[in-house]
Amino acid sequence: MALTGEPPKTINTQQKIASFIGLLGVMVLILALFNLQFPHKTLWLTLSLVAIGGGTVWFAIAEYANTPSGIKNNGVYFKSLTSRGFWAWVLGIALTLFYVVLYWFPQYLGLNENGENSGMVALFDPLSKFLNGGPASQWFLYGTLYTLAILAFGIKFILKYKHNKYEKLRTYSVMFFQLGFAFLIPELMARLNSDTFSLPYYDLKNIWPLNYYNFEQYRVDAFISAGDIGLALLIFGIVSIFIITPILTFKYGKRWYCSWVCGCGGLAETAGDPFRHLSDKRQIAWKIERWVVHSVLVFVVLMTTAVIYSYLGDDSSKYWLTKDVFLIAVAIILTLVFVATFIFKREELQKDAKLGAIGYFVIIIALIALHFFSGVQLFLFNAETLRQSYGFFIGALFSGVIGVGFYPIFGNRVWCRFGCPMAAILGFQQRLFSKFRITTNGGQCISCGNCSTYCEMGIDVRAYAQKGENIVRSSCVGCGICAAVCPRGVLKLENGPLKNRINSNEILLGNDVDLLNYVNK
Amino acid sequence: MEHIVIIGNGIAGITAARHIRKLSNKKITIISAETDYFFSRTALMYVYMGHMRWRDIEPYESWFWEKNRLNLINAYVETVDTDSKTLRFKNNETLVYDKLIIATGSVTNTFGWEGLELNGVQGLISKQDLEKLEKNAPNNKVCPRAVIVGGGLIGVEMAEMLRTRNIEVTMLIREPAFWTNVLPINDGKLLSQHIVSHGVNLQHNTQLDKIVGDNHGNVKSVITNNGDEIPCNVVGITTGVKPNISFLKSSKIETDRGILVNRNLETNIKDVYAIGDCAQQREPIGLRPPVEAVWYTGRMMGETVAQTICGNTLEYKPGNWFNSAKFFDIEYQTYGWVFSAERRENFEAQFHWKCDSGLPFLTVSYNKNTNAFLGINTFGIRMKHEVFDAWLNEKRNVDYVIKNLKQANFDPEFFKNYEKEIQAAFANQPVIV
Repeated sequence: MALTGEPPKTINTQQKIASFIGLLGVMVLILALFNLQFPHKTLWLTLSLVAIGGGTVWFAIAEYANTPSGIKNNGVYFKSLTSRGFWAWVLGIALTLFYVVLYWFPQYLGLNENGENSGMVALFDPLSKFLNGGPASQWFLYGTLYTLAILAFGIKFILKYKHNKYEKLRTYSVMFFQLGFAFLIPELMARLNSDTFSLPYYDLKNIWPLNYYNFEQYRVDAFISAGDIGLALLIFGIVSIFIITPILTFKYGKRWYCSWVCGCGGLAETAGDPFRHLSDKRQIAWKIERWVVHSVLVFVVLMTTAVIYSYLGDDSSKYWLTKDVFLIAVAIILTLVFVATFIFKREELQKDAKLGAIGYFVIIIALIALHFFSGVQLFLFNAETLRQSYGFFIGALFSGVIGVGFYPIFGNRVWCRFGCPMAAILGFQQRLFSKFRITTNGGQCISCGNCSTYCEMGIDVRAYAQKGENIVRSSCVGCGICAAVCPRGVLKLENGPLKNRINSNEILLGNDVDLLNYVNK
Repeated sequence: MEHIVIIGNGIAGITAARHIRKLSNKKITIISAETDYFFSRTALMYVYMGHMRWRDIEPYESWFWEKNRLNLINAYVETVDTDSKTLRFKNNETLVYDKLIIATGSVTNTFGWEGLELNGVQGLISKQDLEKLEKNAPNNKVCPRAVIVGGGLIGVEMAEMLRTRNIEVTMLIREPAFWTNVLPINDGKLLSQHIVSHGVNLQHNTQLDKIVGDNHGNVKSVITNNGDEIPCNVVGITTGVKPNISFLKSSKIETDRGILVNRNLETNIKDVYAIGDCAQQREPIGLRPPVEAVWYTGRMMGETVAQTICGNTLEYKPGNWFNSAKFFDIEYQTYGWVFSAERRENFEAQFHWKCDSGLPFLTVSYNKNTNAFLGINTFGIRMKHEVFDAWLNEKRNVDYVIKNLKQANFDPEFFKNYEKEIQAAFANQPVIV
């Protein structure tokens, strides 16, 4: 249908001024990029960041402060920026270019590892020196802007959902974890470093396999050589994924991480929120998602195994963890997960999930066996090749360029949905072994589609709600927006008993009780 | 193979088709002149408001129909010949059925006002109505002002839609407060306040006298029964709906307001059934009106008739009454019966509570002689359908319901709970005689 949709002007005067101020802040950065020398870097950096942050917050206040509490999706599909129009492409291309430069051409940002920084990176030197004592890198610049985005757009999100305490709390949470754990603590930790003591940069909430480089040799060496603190951090890294993650995911679902803690999730939920409806809801997208995200998980497991294997020794008298012990341990863990899933949960697996699981399991175990018994290179490629390919394709191209650069085109959770191996692990557990579910409310669904439309993970929530069936999906990050936008109070995020977590009804509540009993059994 | 033909692809017809497919291999054909694919009628407003695109309000992707062997025909049925079991379409093609389900829904109900034929006068039921509104009121330049006649669910939706484009809206409401032909006066008054706070000019106790046009056949203004003239470019007629059955005039199918059906949803003609908004029960069921134009009842009739058609003859036995709606930012749910002043019986007592801040609020009704719980309206608090359904089946008394209200709460996590305040207010309420 050709609904042209002519909403009234969506930006008021205050918002225009606020946008202008924000753009002035960006302008300072761009001028710095073109190597305009600012005389007082501290002053200009402060002005720039305050203008960007302040402009964004003022914009949000002007947009939401004097409006009644409620859902604010008017005109989402009429605005160019949020409906893949001209401005969406402009922003998407600009972000993509920024990521390309950031990852592969940091010298254009002014990075100079062997001398004085110039350009945009140099502008961040004062803040970097203040926090960690050293000059800025392109990653420090990126981290600062990333944190600023989560804080400023976090405030915008909080104003937008001022009536919804769940949304507010989890936004405070991602803001806190980004500012504290991802930004300040690692920078301040760097201050502890000296000639005799050095910790690798460690964002404590960034858990392997999202933090795919956590167990690489240079980091493990650094951890070990940094004494008790280093060892504690190394152990924390292992405990995070093998103990803390399973416990919290069992109790609360993957949302404890994806929409309360994670930095990628944090950016998606704040700066990315205006683009959440752009996710692809078609069933074909779901099928592709399952294959791609689990393939990335397999890739990261292989890569990490190969990397750790490559630096372990052969002599068990020197250290108990040898190449062979490690490889056997990996094979045992994978086998246990695989066998347990097929014994206890096989009814809950779809056909393609079974095929995929068996296929990947057989391949991995075969590769390990091949290596053991005939000495073929472990996983066929050498560890360094695997590591570099993963870093390039997944770490940079997928999570950065496509993941964030394409927010205005594919939606804000493309990385989380199709690429994140951490999300794959959490989702696997959430689907099969967790108390979390989205409960549907009897027969109250009117199939309107708000829930599906505003699901950033592309879950067709309505397909479940209109059947009165709870939503138990591995990809659900528990953002709670489906429940917020539901006009009839049908959806609720809950942690409940495992029994009847998945409830399928043919006939919905409201009709003849005999019929319900007869059909639903 | 038996050929089941369904006229109408709304929630009633599509639910029937889906369930017949689940239960059988019969040939199923669905006819609609409105759209190619099923859409959620209750979501029309969100397309105009820019929350969703048209395809977002279609619950099934286009492959669904082929996969489930549901033949879709876009055609307008002009006549139904029940002797030869033949439908004739507007384009003169014909279709033969073995069993026919009529699920044609509603059309706008009007009261024969002068000026109904003018450009800019419209209801809001079909996709065509939505397209008309997009043409009549694309923005506040073309349409600075609109008048909505009737204070009900469609009226408030239309008001919300037009307000998103900053169009001045005046609503003419016959009753002293919003929707008080259905709601108790306290609920209606609070809703009226809320609607006014969204910039709608509410004129209570006011009805339409006539619609005035200009020289080009466009709406110029309306004149109310108080003699006031209100200039406007669009007139929304939202004074209820009526069954869409005019195409059956020449058929042998017996109709009154709607298509008359027995409890098995069978018409007077063998192998012809009617479900949803267009059906009229010969005998009303419980306290329900004989014609129910509600999403949920349409769906429930679809579920029921599918059983009958597939050999498990079933009476339509709707359970406890429930419904829901949203008035701008206020969500409304109801379970059981809470009657308006005009339908309220002597034994029905109503306990009204409102939060000091004005929202949320609720009304609980009970039998003051037996203390039995009769129903609840909640505004701004979500309640569990399952729990209230069980309480109504178990015939709980009102004290039990108030005491256990927390069990029924369905608000999102971390939301403020009001049960204690409600319980205190219930305990302290003045005795109603």
